[in-house]
Amino acid sequence: MEENKKQKENEKEKEKVKKAEKAEYEAYLKQFTPKSKFVKNGILAFLVGGLLCTGAFILQTQLEKMGMDTKTAGNVITLLLIFTAQLLTGIGVFDRIAKFAGAGVIVPITGFANSMVATAMEFKSEGPVLGVGAKMFQLAGPVLVCGILTSVVVGLLYYVIPLWL
Amino acid sequence: MAINKLGKQTLLFSNKPVVVGAFSTMGTKEGQGPLGKWCDRILSDDKCGEKTWEKAETSMLEETMSSAIASSGKSKEEIDILFTGDLINQIMASSYVARNMKRPFIGLYGACSTMTESLLMASSFVNAGYADYALAAASSHFCTAERQFRMPLEHGNQRPPSAQWTVTGSGSMIIGNYKEPMGKRIPRVTHGTVGRVIDKGINDVNMMGAAMAPAAIDTLITHFQDTGREPAFYDMILTGDLGVIGKQVVYDSMQKKGYELGSAYNDCGVLIFDQSQDTHSGGSGCGCSASVFCGYIYKHLKEKKLKNVLLLSTGALLSTISTQQGESIPGIAHAIAMSMED
Repeated sequence: MEENKKQKENEKEKEKVKKAEKAEYEAYLKQFTPKSKFVKNGILAFLVGGLLCTGAFILQTQLEKMGMDTKTAGNVITLLLIFTAQLLTGIGVFDRIAKFAGAGVIVPITGFANSMVATAMEFKSEGPVLGVGAKMFQLAGPVLVCGILTSVVVGLLYYVIPLWL
Repeated sequence: MAINKLGKQTLLFSNKPVVVGAFSTMGTKEGQGPLGKWCDRILSDDKCGEKTWEKAETSMLEETMSSAIASSGKSKEEIDILFTGDLINQIMASSYVARNMKRPFIGLYGACSTMTESLLMASSFVNAGYADYALAAASSHFCTAERQFRMPLEHGNQRPPSAQWTVTGSGSMIIGNYKEPMGKRIPRVTHGTVGRVIDKGINDVNMMGAAMAPAAIDTLITHFQDTGREPAFYDMILTGDLGVIGKQVVYDSMQKKGYELGSAYNDCGVLIFDQSQDTHSGGSGCGCSASVFCGYIYKHLKEKKLKNVLLLSTGALLSTISTQQGESIPGIAHAIAMSMED
């Protein structure tokens, strides 16, 4: 028993030393590592993402003025955004826009569309079923799972909280 | 008693195997870089007219190896053994090339350290008399590495400034026994230092240079201690693919440990691209050091613009599984010393 305890303590000590070494090395690395341009990237994402959504909204109101109801107009715009992102991915332009605009085009539904077409194109060489079929959701899958899970949690809270009030 | 071992980890090639031929290939983007003019072949199409990226890399490697054999004036049948490796899962490209070449083959995996790993093996075989001519080669391809280790090519994302760019390229050298009629304009392999795996706990895949630098430092110091040589002995000390950050770490740490590397030190990953090519911290991959050693370095040695060089390919021994499980990135570096005799 005593020996076991000592061994465990020794191991803990070793782990501590390792962690300290890592922290020391990381601190040393900082002087050589260029930082990401968070402010510039953030402003660009805000501008591009904002413009994209404003444009989509203007188009939607135009459609509504032409007599389409709000829900249908919304769906048409969503489809249009998805189609455009997929087309741009297919002709190899989307990644260049995303490099510049970052979250501005990745966070809206355009990013989701891109992640599916990009994987489908990439894994075409492994066949239509096990390649495209299986890998198409490689990036979009986790987004869906987390999205649905979040909506379940929010739904439960929405149901439970009024019961207490 | 290991008669050809110096100090802790260094092999002395007492029979001085020579580099009888070499060939280097670069992709389109790499060819536009500052070292493109010393490269033997620049791809006009990175897909090499093939259906898949993997086939493209295989075809690039095969062409490089065949051309290296041709440049040595030997026939394929005279090559006793092939040592090659690449980055595709289970070194797919190397195995397929070896299938087509029909020569005895030992596949190597040392991540991006493969070029000096294969040179170490080929030189050892020739030095020991197990082969008259041995081929050493390595390759990597941006598109096969991206899909395996990172994201699909067309996926929109932003890479951090510390990220590196996998080089599309390959290099191959033919190591042979020295024979008098060869003359003196021929580089000799004099020493090799086998590296240890060093892990400082870095687990950010966008910090490869920082993860590999400690291994390069360890191998460099061991090499100097084992051989008794000073950094000043070499006209050029070249690491494989540490990139901008890793290069600074090596330079600074070596200085602190009392080894002044000076202007002789550089890194293939830093040299291969210029700033305007927007690769962030520089090049990486087996093809980075392979194409630079077999192109730029080999030609400078042959033209006697360089006399003594120390080449260190550096490898990050991670896998897609290890990174997903949060494991840290072990690094390795092997060194090869080459000299031109007066």
